[in-house]
Amino acid sequence: MASKKILIPLHENDVAPRFDLATEVLIVAGNGKTGSAEKRMVVLPRASADQLCHLIITENIQTVICSGIEDDYYQYLTWKRIEVIDSVVGSSDSALKRYFEGKLKPGDIL
Amino acid sequence: MKKAKSANTDENSGAFRRPPSDQSLAIPPHIHNLFDIPVDFCELLDQIAMGVVVLNLERKIVVMNQTLKALTGFSQKEFCGFTCTHILRSNICIQDCPVLRIDEKSGPKCIEGNLINTERQLIPIRITTAPLRNINHQIIGFLETIEDIRLLRELDETASHAYKFSKIVGRSPQMQKIFQSIPSLAQSDSSVLITGETGTGKDMVAETIHQASNRAKGPFAKINCGALPDTLLESELFGHQKGAFTGAVENKPGRIQLANNGTLYLTEIGDLPLPLQVKLLTFLDDKEVFPLGSIKGFSADVRIIAATHRNLEQMVRSGRFRKDLLFRLNVIRLHLPPLRERHGDVQLLLDHFLNTLSAQLGKKTLTLSPKALKILLTYKYPGNVRELKNIVEYAINICSDQQIRSKHLPSYLLNPEPFDMSEAAQQTNVPQAPLSDETGFIRVEPDRNWSDTEKRMIMEALIRAGGRKNKAAASLGWARSTLWRKMNQYGIR
Repeated sequence: MASKKILIPLHENDVAPRFDLATEVLIVAGNGKTGSAEKRMVVLPRASADQLCHLIITENIQTVICSGIEDDYYQYLTWKRIEVIDSVVGSSDSALKRYFEGKLKPGDIL
Repeated sequence: MKKAKSANTDENSGAFRRPPSDQSLAIPPHIHNLFDIPVDFCELLDQIAMGVVVLNLERKIVVMNQTLKALTGFSQKEFCGFTCTHILRSNICIQDCPVLRIDEKSGPKCIEGNLINTERQLIPIRITTAPLRNINHQIIGFLETIEDIRLLRELDETASHAYKFSKIVGRSPQMQKIFQSIPSLAQSDSSVLITGETGTGKDMVAETIHQASNRAKGPFAKINCGALPDTLLESELFGHQKGAFTGAVENKPGRIQLANNGTLYLTEIGDLPLPLQVKLLTFLDDKEVFPLGSIKGFSADVRIIAATHRNLEQMVRSGRFRKDLLFRLNVIRLHLPPLRERHGDVQLLLDHFLNTLSAQLGKKTLTLSPKALKILLTYKYPGNVRELKNIVEYAINICSDQQIRSKHLPSYLLNPEPFDMSEAAQQTNVPQAPLSDETGFIRVEPDRNWSDTEKRMIMEALIRAGGRKNKAAASLGWARSTLWRKMNQYGIR
């Protein structure tokens, strides 16, 4: 898998249940194989789906792994050619692991 | 705040017992000592017409009912063991979890909020949380009920109207007769067959009957019998078993099962294929659903409302509709009159749509010039109320003055063709001509609303621009962001 930039909205160590209510996000750059994935936490000033979309665009994120997301934001991100894997329930680590294995799909309960 | 104490369930004293493995529902939980024999707890919960979830002290899901699965969209069993926050996906759970506010002395807490389901819809809900106690009054878990309050919100937003019943507007004697009959029809559980030309408001009447009935708190499931291929329609209606066909990776409940304790609305029933007519007939007789590939049936308490614009009696005669199904559906027949026969309603509807659509489109309420009013009052409306609404919507969009004049009305109204009564009830498949030419002139067709017109304009602009959005936006006179927003709105990819 080529190197990718992934964003996961967080709720403690889990994928945040709501995209619009997440106040921190995990940004990961890497391909998962070499172990050289670079992880970075970003704390948002307030929960806002619009600001999160803006961050995703400015950070050149290629994939968003999230749980509940409103259709407007999902359509906007996919229109911007960003892959959105939604309705993922579980820890961010297990979601990332499964993503790098190429097995993560929308609706996965990990 | 005093936190709830942890307590183990007393096997001898507690009425609710779970099997040893908390994460698995392989052995369903039972309620003992209520009847002579244990009662299946899950089945009991499934009979409740609002979402119910039982949580343990760690706020992890122990069990949730079918209604909540339908509301959230999570149908698997793997959610047991996850905190409710991850499955409900409600703002209440994240911002103001009611469970955390419950202590030993607390009673139930009721909060309004919203959730996002797996179909990415934001649904307003009301959550009521109550502690579950053992016989020693120790808290052993929590019971949450989740109500879908979309309808209440809609009712709040809609002001009452003298000539309205729910969303239906009319003061003609024919409509008053229908308004008077709906409350009594709603109280009965008999099947209803709604007939009427296209655009007369069959869907609205069906929903109104449901909302006025005792099943109003239950689901209202709508399925268009003419919109899906036969096999997909069967799976959608009756559900399927895991492995029933390629791609059936899990059990899926059908609309009939999801409409349990509610109403199933079958629109375009005249387009239901014959093999499915037989299966529907079996369900109407036995009240039991057999999902595709399953030998086990599920009983479902569902009221059926069917609607069609076709002449079912004629279809029976030509062998395209089963006579026995017609008899079962035709217990109560409600015929909606075409707009041309509803004397006095055209003016009322014009005023109603001018007010509501102007507000929706963010414009000042417009008036009609005497000439425009005369044209609109004398037109025959083969597309009925839908067509009238579309004409008003078109005129509001086109008109930049304070008054709608005849030049703001669709051109076909100015030179109407003689109205053919027999044509009104027939379906036609005429290929559609382009909506706009190179000069940008827009033509709205009868029975086509502004949204459809705009959608086609976008499609045509994109085709002309060879898929280049910048060029398409420029040809429409819009900014690229406006084009994106509209494409998003109409689902154009």
